[in-house]
This record gives sequence, C-alpha cells and structure tokens, in this order.
Amino acid sequence: MSDPTLLPAVGVATALGVALGGALGWLAAHVRPDRRALVERIDALLPQTQCGQCRFPGCRPYAEAIAHGTADIDRCPPGGEATVRALAALLDRPPRPVDPDYGPTKPPLVAVIDEARCIGCALCLPACPVDAIVGAPRFMHTVIEAQCTGCELCLPPCPVDCIAMASPARAVRAASSAAPDR
Amino acid sequence: MSSRSVPHGGLRLDGHKSRPLEQPVLAVPPPRTCILALDQGSGEEAEAIVEPGTRVRVGTRVAAGRGTAADLHAPVSGTVTGATRLPTAAGEGRCLVIESDGRDEREPGVAPLDWQALDGPSLIERLAASGLAGLGGAAFPTASKLAMARAEAVELLVLNGAECEPWICCDDALMRERAAEVVLGARVMLAASGAAHGVIAVEDDKPEACAALEAALVVTGDARLELRVLPALFPLGAEGLLIAALTGREVPHDGLPPDVGVVCQNVGTAAAAARFVTEGLPAVTRIVTVTGGGVRRPANVEARLGTPVVELIAACGGYRTTPDRLIAGGALTGRTLASDDVPVTKGLNCVLAATAADLPARGPEMPCIRCGDCADVCPVQLLPQQLHRAARADDVAALARHGLAACIECGCCDYVCPSAIPLTARFRAARERQRLLGAERRRTEEARARFERHCERLAAQAEEERRAFEDARRRARGDGPPSGTG
Repeated sequence: MSDPTLLPAVGVATALGVALGGALGWLAAHVRPDRRALVERIDALLPQTQCGQCRFPGCRPYAEAIAHGTADIDRCPPGGEATVRALAALLDRPPRPVDPDYGPTKPPLVAVIDEARCIGCALCLPACPVDAIVGAPRFMHTVIEAQCTGCELCLPPCPVDCIAMASPARAVRAASSAAPDR
Repeated sequence: MSSRSVPHGGLRLDGHKSRPLEQPVLAVPPPRTCILALDQGSGEEAEAIVEPGTRVRVGTRVAAGRGTAADLHAPVSGTVTGATRLPTAAGEGRCLVIESDGRDEREPGVAPLDWQALDGPSLIERLAASGLAGLGGAAFPTASKLAMARAEAVELLVLNGAECEPWICCDDALMRERAAEVVLGARVMLAASGAAHGVIAVEDDKPEACAALEAALVVTGDARLELRVLPALFPLGAEGLLIAALTGREVPHDGLPPDVGVVCQNVGTAAAAARFVTEGLPAVTRIVTVTGGGVRRPANVEARLGTPVVELIAACGGYRTTPDRLIAGGALTGRTLASDDVPVTKGLNCVLAATAADLPARGPEMPCIRCGDCADVCPVQLLPQQLHRAARADDVAALARHGLAACIECGCCDYVCPSAIPLTARFRAARERQRLLGAERRRTEEARARFERHCERLAAQAEEERRAFEDARRRARGDGPPSGTG
C-alpha cells in the first residue's frame, strides 16, 4: 500500500462503489415492484377452481395475499404439487408440499346432479362461483360439465344431497379428439 | 413443368416393395363377423345411428359423420349385434359389430351417378353421403377437403401416389391395376373442387404404375391432367413436402394446402371416388399391403372394412414365423398393433408383420453426442437435437422456438440417430403434453372470466336490493327526509 501509483485506482474504485451503492439503495427505497403485475402472474398459475379451500374467497384474493406476503404458497389442494412448484419458481422460493390443513389433494372431479332427486330449490345456483349450474325454482337443475371446476361449493347448500362428485368424461374426450398430422 | 425445388434431407431407403407386387391384388372373402370401428383413423368417432338388432345390407348407412369422421356404411349384409369398445388400430375405440348373413345383399337404390351432369357443390354432397375418406392414412372426409378447396378457389389438384414409406405398396398395386379408375377419380375431383388442372405425382421407383397411368391418361385424353415423376425419397409423400416439391410453394405448418391454392388427395381415394360414381356403392373396401418377414406370401389384398387383420394374414398364407412386432402402417411412421384381432379401417394402408431382421436394430438409448445427423435428414429443416434437449427439460418456450409444431413425425431422425434416441416418440409426447396444457389453460381462463362475471352480477343484485329497500323505507315514511338515526 506504500506505492503511491495505486492511490488513484483505489480512489476511483471506492468512488464507484459508493455511487452505485447509493443509487441501488435509493432505487430499492423508491421504486416498488409492480404488485398488480405480480398478482396477475400468480393468479395465472392458480387453477381457478374458486373453491375457497385456501380460506380466501376465490383464486384472485389468494393471489393478492401471496403477493403481499400474508399467505404461503402451500394452500391450494386443487392445484397440487404442480401449482406449488410453479409458484415457487415464479417467486424464487423453495417448493414445499401442499399443507393438508387446507384439504386433501385429489384428482379433478366435477359435480353431477342426480336429476331424479333434485327438487328444484335453486339453492345451489348462487353457490356456484362460475355459474355452471342451469336451473330455476321448481325446475330440475343440471351441471354444465365443461364449465364445472369441481370446487364442491354446491354440495353444502343442497337440502336433499342430490349432488355428487364424479370423474369427468372430458379428459377422455379431449384425448380421443386429438387430430393426427397426416 | 419440372421438379422445382430439391427437398431438404430425407432418406433413400430400401423399399421392400417387390414381393407383394409379384402377384395381383387378392380379394379377401367378406368376414363372418365385421367389426366396424367408429373412428376409421381420423381420430374422431362417427355417431352410430343403428341399434343392435338392426338388419343391414352392404352400403346401408350405419353411422353419421361429424368433425373429422366421415359417414360409415355397412360393409356386409347381416345384423348389427352390438356396439362396444374393442381394440382397434388406434388403440381402442367404439365399434359396431355386424354378424354377416353370408348373402352379401346390396342396399336397394344403389345406382351409378351421372357425375358430369352435377355441379360442384351437389357432387360434393353426394361424395359426402358416400362416406369417402382419405385412404392415404389420415381418413379425413374427402368431401370436406373438396368443399374447403372449392371455398378457397384452389387451382391445382394433386393426386398423391408417391407412397414413399418402405414396405407400403397398396397404392402402387392400385395404380398398376386400376389406372383408369385413378384417372376417372381425378376428373371427378377436378369437377368437385373446381381446380383448373391436376397432377398425379408418383415416385420413380414405380415404373409400372407410371406406364399404366400414362396409358390411361392417353385413353382419357383429358388435357387438364398430367403425370409427374419424382425421385424416390422418404418422406416426400407427406402432403406439405409433396406440394413443395411439385409447385415450390410452402404450406405453412399451421395452415392447409388450400392456403397455397392446392388440394391434395390420395390416389386410392380417387379410385374409390371413381368406384362410387360408376357403381354407386359407398366406400366399404380398401386395398391393404400385408407384408414383412412374418407372412408366408406377402401380397396386396382388397378387404372389406371391418375385416380382422388375422383374416388378411390368413389370405396371405398365414404366419411364417411369429413376428416380433405387428405394425399398422410402415416401419417408420406406423403404430404397433396390440393384437391381430383389430379390424381394417379406411386409414389402414399396411399390415407389417415384422421379424427382427426387418426392423433396424436399435441398441439401448445413449446420450446425444450432438453429431447433427438428425438435422441433416430432417425434411422440414428442424434441429431435432435442440428439440430433444428442450423436450427433456420440458421447456415450452424452447420447444416453440425450435418449431415443434412443424414436426411431421416422419421418423427420419430416429433412423439416423447413432445414439438410438427415440426422438419422434419424445416429440409426439411433448406435443401431447402441450396440447393438454393448452386445453387446461383455456379452461382456467374461462373459469376466471366466469367467476368475475358471477361476482359482478352478485354485486349488482345486492346493490339493486339495497336501493329497492331504501325506496320502500322512504315511501313508508311518507317521502319525509331520512331521520338522523338512519
């Protein structure tokens, strides 16, 4: 350090370090990440069942809670491990198993109304978050399978327990309609 | 015209086609039990319109076409005994089972069609009712293709007689024996599609077929039709590549031939169209190549749809040895059959009973050494080694960037890979995964939109109720000002 020719170089490096550090510190304090864009991106990874098993009223509120750091990423049983992994990759956190407190992870199901037992009470209609149930008071109801997200929110309001969960036929249909290339 | 563009890549392969062509096309007797798959090879099932117990004759309409499935007609006369899921060339699917009465009666009212008196749209309508579907393998409804061509005002009809894949020679046999039918079919399709001229494209390893077609063209004297001979190169018979080789126009991988003014049909389909106009009988037979080291006397056979493959093999003298693999289609792009009980469909062009000597020996899969041989042979100029890396990493963006959607699954890269990597199978699986993911994404998008509308509607309803309640309260108080307590 006794060589005086080193002094300008040390001086320049120190000045650069101080200037850049200050700039970064200022940016960190004043430029917040766009939280709405983050909410959108988290929401895009959630399965949109709107089932509320995460104890938020729908997928978007849960996405907001994740973005604000008030909920962890392990609360979505319908999304399962794949969703947790995608969220972990997006938020740069270690992936973890889905917390069983929020419900068991199971294959996707759809609601089916036993039309013979349905009394047409219309109580399940407002319960459905995606309006996938067709019906009117004192008329038989039915579930549009293609729209059903399998959230199970229509089960509790039904007074005669005529709604059951069944495995969807649409996966089979989708696979069989794959068009060949030649 | 001469060949305008030299195709990239491709393979010159030993055709293995001479033995079945030593003898004329053999007629297989109609089956006792006819298994009519509702999916004839296009990937979509027609809708059965007969109940078990219905009496049918040859040519009775038994299933209605929808989407990429054409109408289906009974290939034998007898009784429909069931509609169940049975093994088919595509794996498994719903099939109509027809028990033959052996009388082979034709549906009444079957008569030749005066096609020259009909205009294009009504001719297309009649062809649609005949259940004609692409006999090259895809079994796409011919009438839909022609209607699309007419709507797009295409100018060129291409009859695909390239038949580039080793082992398969049903189109070669057909062109040798029924060249006149191919030419008549071409004229019918010109009339239906409205195309100004037609090209029959044949590879140069089929001199007999070329000579027969040439002679038939001279007899017909139709100046709109010409024969074009192309070099034998696999996979030149793939629709897009054939059109590029003939016209120099490239069909976009997410587009269709009408986008470049071309409609492409298989020569077998043309011959079936000719049969329909001359006899009036719907498409209920097809020619199938039965070949491979496992068959005693390889031959091309004409069989009713719904004939079990085992009866085709019996017609060719039975098995010589137990084959290693039974393949529907050729050795490169075919699919392994689970058993020989599967029925003949419109899309089945070849049954290959392959012994170990017939198939390229494949060692255990080794790591990619980046030799680039696959890129040299890829006919659509992709980089299979890069696609492979992306497929292994399940990197959707990289797969799209390297053009997975353009892959025609010809199998050239598998064939040359020194590390014996099953590249095509990987690409097919990656594509299927992407398709399922895309469907799932569309579903979640829709669910999100529906949920948003649901919330808006509930909010609007609540607002309306609140307002109605306030109005009522105001009226009850005689329009007086609201009191302080609220």
